[in-house]
Amino acid sequence: MSGLRVAVLALQGAFAEHEQALANLGVSAFELRQRRDLERSFDGLILPGGESTVQGKLLRETGLFDPLQARIASGLPVFGTCAGLLLLAGRIQNDERTHFATMDTVAVRNAYGRQLGSFATVGTCKGIGQIPMTFIRAPYLASVSGDAEALAEVDGRIVAARQGKQLVTAFHPELTSDLSVHEYFLRLIRAD
Amino acid sequence: MENNRWELNRNLAQMLKGGVIMDVTTPEQAKIAEAAGACAVMALERIPADIRAAGGVSRMSDPKMIRGIQEAVSIPVMAKCRIGHFAEAQILQAIEIDYIDESEVLSPADDRYHIDKTKFDVPFVCGARDLGEALRRINEGASMIRTKGEPGTGDVVQAVRHMRQMQSEIRRLVSCADDELFDEAKQLQVPYELVRYVHENGKLPVVNFAAGGVATPADAALLMQLGAEGVFVGSGIFKSGKPEKRAAAIVQAVTNYTDAKLLASLSEDLGEAMVGINEQEIQLLMAERGK
Repeated sequence: MSGLRVAVLALQGAFAEHEQALANLGVSAFELRQRRDLERSFDGLILPGGESTVQGKLLRETGLFDPLQARIASGLPVFGTCAGLLLLAGRIQNDERTHFATMDTVAVRNAYGRQLGSFATVGTCKGIGQIPMTFIRAPYLASVSGDAEALAEVDGRIVAARQGKQLVTAFHPELTSDLSVHEYFLRLIRAD
Repeated sequence: MENNRWELNRNLAQMLKGGVIMDVTTPEQAKIAEAAGACAVMALERIPADIRAAGGVSRMSDPKMIRGIQEAVSIPVMAKCRIGHFAEAQILQAIEIDYIDESEVLSPADDRYHIDKTKFDVPFVCGARDLGEALRRINEGASMIRTKGEPGTGDVVQAVRHMRQMQSEIRRLVSCADDELFDEAKQLQVPYELVRYVHENGKLPVVNFAAGGVATPADAALLMQLGAEGVFVGSGIFKSGKPEKRAAAIVQAVTNYTDAKLLASLSEDLGEAMVGINEQEIQLLMAERGK
């Protein structure tokens, strides 16, 4: 797969793992840390796992927040895992802060409790199939509305969703060797 | 579906990368740390500088105090137990701590054995001065490593020494011939498989943070450039003049650790840094605890 270039938000968290997944798929990636990194062109954006409070703060301090929010709102393909799901959520049930809020979703932070609640399972994702899912102090989506569509549920909770070219998972595909969610995102970038 | 706790615990450490973990002693400090951008906090009754000053036996913190901090913030909360004190670790697991630091900052409870961390569901981070210590702790079940540095001194020299030592030993293992790895395992006193992993991947099998003596944004940037994947700051923040500002500056320094211009502006007007003690002036080397 050539030609595509994906930016990976590299303020804090597991961004290197996403870069590795993209490299395994033959897609070039670069790290977004400062406003001047936006001068490079890219076809899609990945928001990695980490702490959403830290990433949200650094997005604003680095001046990345406004331009990225505008580009996501006008159709830049974006894939958020865990903290990334929270950055894109329209509302967070147990946190008054929101961030990009470009999706019609309501998220719950630390929805499975502390680290003892972290778990791995196998689930089915619409348009992708059966995949390993690793949840680390994960959120889930309490609801989706409008154009947002649930793609996967685990124990009755929504753990993946899509709205236009925005894709979110509560789990971490970048922590497993399965590349199918990243491939799905690349298809999303290419689709008209 | 099997739930491999070690793997999940190793994964949590991956989510902390590129972040700063701050020592806090009260819910108020925990909130300041979270607002400043800490990716986790370490709850303890006394920060290392005060432990050093007070002397005497230093133990696990009061669980009630730790609970207060768990309730105050939404980010992961860590707490320390004494080296080898598995009962303290059991207590910390019972209050659902996110990470246990089996730490040389507290007085060791066992001068021979570390905790068998494979028996626990919660993750452990351990200190290490060199590759051998790091791999021995990982073999015992640690899912995250930090350099020991010299806690509570505000002197970065030991953290630098330990990070350089570890990185140089990793580079040496990478360059070893296959048939040399067996003897390396013997010298390091660890299983061959761990040595093989480092040889093939050029890094530890778990996340490696820097700790012990970090006081400024420049200290944090130095350790990141030397290969740390994130930084613990203990006494450096709440023993300084402007904790909020210093904490936020160190967080930004860890994200943009190679941008000297930005580091210059982050280093401006931070008020008094913690006074610190030089390594020649200290009587107690905490890093000597637990090999």
